[in-house]
Amino acid sequence: MSDMTTKKSQAKRPLSPKRKEQSRREFLRSSVLTVGVVGVSLLGIIPVVQGTSIRLRPPGAIKTPFDEQEFFASCIKCGQCVQVCPVNAIKLADLEDGFGIGVPYIDARTQACDFSCDGLQCVLACPTGALTHHLDYPADTRMGFARLARPRACLAVQGKGFKGQARGPDYEGLLRYDEVDRWNPISVADHPYDLELCDLCVRQCPIEIRITQCAEKAKQAEASGDSGKIARVAEQHGNECPPKHAIVLEPFELPNGETRMKPVVKEGCVGCGVCEMICPVESAAIVIDLDKTTDTLGG
Amino acid sequence: MRYIRDSLSQIFGNKPRRPSKAEQPPELLEIYQGKKGNLSKADVEAVRHEHHTGCCNKWQRRRWITLILVNVLFVVSYYFDVQLLEGALTASRFVGFHMADLNSALQVALAYKHIVLNLVIGTATVFIMWLLLGGRTFCSWVCPYHLLAEWAEYLHLWLVKKKLIKNHTFNRKVRGVFYVIFALLALISGYTVFETISPTGILSRALIYGPGVALIWVGALLLFEVFYSRRAWCRYVCPIGVTYGVVGVLSPLRVKYNAEACHHEGDCRKICMVPHVLDLTVRGAAHDVNQDVGADCTRCGMCVDVCPTGSLVYEFKGLSKLL
Repeated sequence: MSDMTTKKSQAKRPLSPKRKEQSRREFLRSSVLTVGVVGVSLLGIIPVVQGTSIRLRPPGAIKTPFDEQEFFASCIKCGQCVQVCPVNAIKLADLEDGFGIGVPYIDARTQACDFSCDGLQCVLACPTGALTHHLDYPADTRMGFARLARPRACLAVQGKGFKGQARGPDYEGLLRYDEVDRWNPISVADHPYDLELCDLCVRQCPIEIRITQCAEKAKQAEASGDSGKIARVAEQHGNECPPKHAIVLEPFELPNGETRMKPVVKEGCVGCGVCEMICPVESAAIVIDLDKTTDTLGG
Repeated sequence: MRYIRDSLSQIFGNKPRRPSKAEQPPELLEIYQGKKGNLSKADVEAVRHEHHTGCCNKWQRRRWITLILVNVLFVVSYYFDVQLLEGALTASRFVGFHMADLNSALQVALAYKHIVLNLVIGTATVFIMWLLLGGRTFCSWVCPYHLLAEWAEYLHLWLVKKKLIKNHTFNRKVRGVFYVIFALLALISGYTVFETISPTGILSRALIYGPGVALIWVGALLLFEVFYSRRAWCRYVCPIGVTYGVVGVLSPLRVKYNAEACHHEGDCRKICMVPHVLDLTVRGAAHDVNQDVGADCTRCGMCVDVCPTGSLVYEFKGLSKLL
């Protein structure tokens, strides 16, 4: 190509040897620059191929368990989802995620998504549809699936209760406690517990909380004989009653015949990560699996 | 028509075409003829001195203030949760109204192959906005990397002056090559590959959401520009500039050059970030007595500031008579 351009300009006006040498060097330098810059940008595929860029994503992220390609392609990396989250659960990935740079993720152990926004504001804020708008209620989302990873570490399995701050006094995570403040999340450290049997993962599960609230409302409605109206109120709050349970404490028998309780993850789990966040055991006994959702569990 | 053709040609790296004498109007030739040997060095110095005693760096100051304000507005909006300008430079909402960077939107569209309505609204808004304000105005009036690179450029020029380093140029056509490569990469790979290394996106996010490892890449780029090649990223690589440049071809905001006042001493070309657009200030290179600087111009206004005779001025086509 350099020959061609040289010939062409020669036809117009012969170049001095010095100019010719300069343009040859410029061409070589430009080629190296092209290869260099494109090469560096393509290095971004390494974390993607290695799977180290796979993380818990905000509600509605378009992805299949092992393939986030579509999500990375559609995300414009603006962080508008980060800005609307009331518990600051969403963070943006850095350069070590390669092509995933600037893409939102959630580190559940540090701060999970507790749906305290009610209306899935992150989904509404997304300008490109990377967080799909085909999502009306928290229970519709498919972020992952909880799994009791270390059953022996689980306090309920050990038959132990829990007293104090779930994650210690220095923990900065937030949760919305409806009984404290309907609209504003508060620090988990400001809300100590005193439980005979630890059931924090069930107690704080946003899906379970909603189911309980719906059940109470239904009971009230039945008492007053006005069920239709109550259903509409629930919808107005943007938190329609979840159709299925996400996590419950179920009894099981030890080899010695003793009965204990353990958390069992149910079909309604959306993978928000609150159970992983609130688990007082270090490191968490219950974690979120990213490669599983209720849609991919099968059966 | 010639403005559009020449602008596009320059954006994609061709040298500005010099007109033959036959193509230049007689008034222009007369002006060139009249200036031959008429100005002594002392005359030029006198005019320069007069100019510099007045104002200096007026446009540069306004530009830096604008650039910093826009970026601070993003930061403040998030930090104090005032919802004025949410998001980052790649896509944002200004008082609730969607805006999307044209090049980021293009990359997403090519990679995702599906465009949602909000992105259409955002892209159209920005397209119209930059159609009015001028395409590459984005580069020097908004882009945070531009400001850092401008300071790196001063350092580079100082080092060159001290003869500590040499500037290495590249072929300007390489920017067009990058543009095509990054568009193809997005289309074929399905990833917004350019975003991985875009210092505009990285810096904008770092300012708003806090610094990260990615700043090392921005630092490396700046070092490359300081020690090896003057303003390399903006001049030879960045596809954002190309996208805005192409939009800017139709923009009514331009820098107008008047050949009559010009002394051809070349101060403007020395400070210009994209000096090829000012080739028309060379004696004998203009097509007309009054000619607009091509759309690859970032409208930074440094030439307007530095020109001792006011032969380079901002102009908003069709409005200048009203203003």
